[in-house]
Amino acid sequence: MTPAPNAKAAPRLSDTLPASTVTKWLRDMMLIREFELRTMAAYQQAKIGGFCHVYIGQEATAVGTIAAVNHDDPVITAYRDHGHALARGMSSRACMAEMYGKTTGCAKGKGGSMHMFDKPNHLYGGHGIVGAQTGLGVGLAFASRYEWEVLNKGSKKVCLCYLGDGALNQGVFHESLNLAGLYDAPVIYIVENNGYSMGTSIERGTTMAHDLSVKAAAYGIDFIEIDGMDVCTIYDRFKPFADDLRERQRPGFVDLKTYRYQGHSMSDPQKYRTKEEVADWQQRDSIDRLAHLLLHRSDEPRAAAIAPSPWHGSLSEDAYKQMQKEIREEVRDAIDFAEKSDSPDPAAELYTDVYANPQPNLSPLREYHHGAKNPLL
Amino acid sequence: MASLTLEPPPATDRKIAFREALREAMSEEMRSDPRIFLMGEEVAQYNGAYKVSQGMLDEFGPKRIIDAPISENGFAGLGIGAAMYGLRPIIEFMSWSFSLVAADQILNNAAKMLYMSGGQWGCPIVFRGNDGAGGQLGSTHSWSVEALYANVPGLKIAIPSNPYDAKGLLKTAIRDEDPVFFLESERMLGDTGLVPAGEYTVPFGQAALRREGDDCTLVSFGRPVNFCLEAADELANEDIHCDVLDMRTIRPLDVDSIVASIQKTGRIVVVDQSWPFAGIASEVIAQVCERCFDYLDHQPVRVTSDDVPTPYAKPLEQAYLPHKGKIVEAVKRVVGVE
Ligand SMILES: Cc1ncc(C[n+]2csc(CCOP(=O)(O)OP(=O)(O)O)c2C)c(N)n1
Ligand SMILES: [Mg+2]
Repeated sequence: MTPAPNAKAAPRLSDTLPASTVTKWLRDMMLIREFELRTMAAYQQAKIGGFCHVYIGQEATAVGTIAAVNHDDPVITAYRDHGHALARGMSSRACMAEMYGKTTGCAKGKGGSMHMFDKPNHLYGGHGIVGAQTGLGVGLAFASRYEWEVLNKGSKKVCLCYLGDGALNQGVFHESLNLAGLYDAPVIYIVENNGYSMGTSIERGTTMAHDLSVKAAAYGIDFIEIDGMDVCTIYDRFKPFADDLRERQRPGFVDLKTYRYQGHSMSDPQKYRTKEEVADWQQRDSIDRLAHLLLHRSDEPRAAAIAPSPWHGSLSEDAYKQMQKEIREEVRDAIDFAEKSDSPDPAAELYTDVYANPQPNLSPLREYHHGAKNPLL
Repeated sequence: MASLTLEPPPATDRKIAFREALREAMSEEMRSDPRIFLMGEEVAQYNGAYKVSQGMLDEFGPKRIIDAPISENGFAGLGIGAAMYGLRPIIEFMSWSFSLVAADQILNNAAKMLYMSGGQWGCPIVFRGNDGAGGQLGSTHSWSVEALYANVPGLKIAIPSNPYDAKGLLKTAIRDEDPVFFLESERMLGDTGLVPAGEYTVPFGQAALRREGDDCTLVSFGRPVNFCLEAADELANEDIHCDVLDMRTIRPLDVDSIVASIQKTGRIVVVDQSWPFAGIASEVIAQVCERCFDYLDHQPVRVTSDDVPTPYAKPLEQAYLPHKGKIVEAVKRVVGVE
């Protein structure tokens, strides 16, 4: 039966949400973008050291998926982690100060760009070794299940474990999928599939790149593929998927098709792709798309087919400009804060946080001891 | 400075095997702390590849005694994630030789999590299993991983030489807030020893003086401690008397006790079943030179495994490992007896 030409499709899940929620997504994505732009500038001024990977282009993936779960659901990711940290609720200050290597950073300056940890926000780290977090992710999920099943406390959780498409090829990821399947561990592996691992396109590094569902199927794990450039679509598809896995306490696998606009890290001549390809993806920019819907009522193509949501057109140009201004101020403040914060004192902090239970004679050089309290705790 | 007194024998006449001592440690801790679970290959339905976990599935059920597939990197990572979340995993490696495929997880994630996270997440986990050669298992299965892993800050390493310590150290390991690498020896699992029925623990970082003598300090840990005791017996017949120090843990390393002994003997032989190059013996000797060089009457000497891959053939393997003969010879050399 074909629907009558002017029949309206059922409203999308995200269309039923209050305007404030969707506006918050827009704000979160804009914050990440602005934050990353300032991160790049700070890196170029050598204020930030080491390896630094920015999230520009991928903002919708962290924001849309994290919006679909509870605050106490564990989240863990790879080294391209600033976006997840901010989406999870880490302050711009703590995130920027970490990259500046300051004591006020989320890891007191001991982790850096690739290792963002935030216990109060249940962010179990950015992890620098490609794929390493996938083993931890199944463990977090296993433990959350053990908590209600064996310890009789807590509630059913899901763990969001993000990985890049490059991590698809790491052994530990396949071991983890198998373990998650065997143990009914509620971990959702979210592949932020931006098409490249450094300069290697997914087709050159991964078999069956055009259909990752076969990888999940091999382990008996539920799979969905989502357009990662539209935060509403991500929420609409991911929320029921995650709810169902939470209820059934089963693992999942999500192929989120996204794109990074910048180079892999701050030093990447990007010979492996064309400017046109980048421009094509930028046409579908997640922030532009959502801003457009919030600012205008009816001229978005897909809006014609559906009942306009109460929040379509709910954002005034003035409010939007105000939001942009606040975000710029917030990030400028974060930079300021990072600049002005103290650098760690090696005499006080070098030998701290190595052992939770320091004992004599653990090292021939110096005794370990407890450090300053982490500012997030 | 540590005062050295001879370790008294356990006050009991109850004798059990090394593997039973390990099992008792785990079972007792699991009874009092429901956050503890045991995971590893063949630990549950098979009752343990080496029968260490025999009967534990029956007592604790499949939610806490968990068979893992042959995925060391995966289940080591699972354990670390679970420890971060708040559980107290015991992860059994059938052999520490197989831990090499999990090196990233155990060295990067377990050992460095507390530091990388600025003190937010520690990793209270025990990795345990068989370490060392001696069963004609050839090069791949005969690793002594202590030297390789002791290089990494953030982890602790315990290596018992007898059933009493096995139980007491494992209980300490399980209760510790840090990742502990617990090295057992398949060659010793059937050895019996005195183990009291009551509750006790053995602290980390406190060597045990197993035998007293003024002529030379013998330092070892794990299985070769027993070879040192055999050697010391033989040497005593020739009126050469050794302090035998059983380190019990490698990290922390009770160098204070070593120094105290050297102040008496002026001589040291270190017996280490790992390889000589950058081994634990090297570390002990370096620390001794830093701490009490002036007390030495002879250069420190080490007895290690030979610097080759572990051979299969019995005579080759026996020649390769530290044993009584090598130790006797080394001690005679440092005390100046032919
Ligand atoms: C085990 C390991 N090998 C290599 C690297 C170096 N490296 C860092 S990121 C990266 C590419 C990973 O790409 P992908 O997983 O797709 O993530 P993306 O950068 O696209 O977010 C490589 C090779 C590493 N960090 N870890
Ligand atoms: Mg990628």
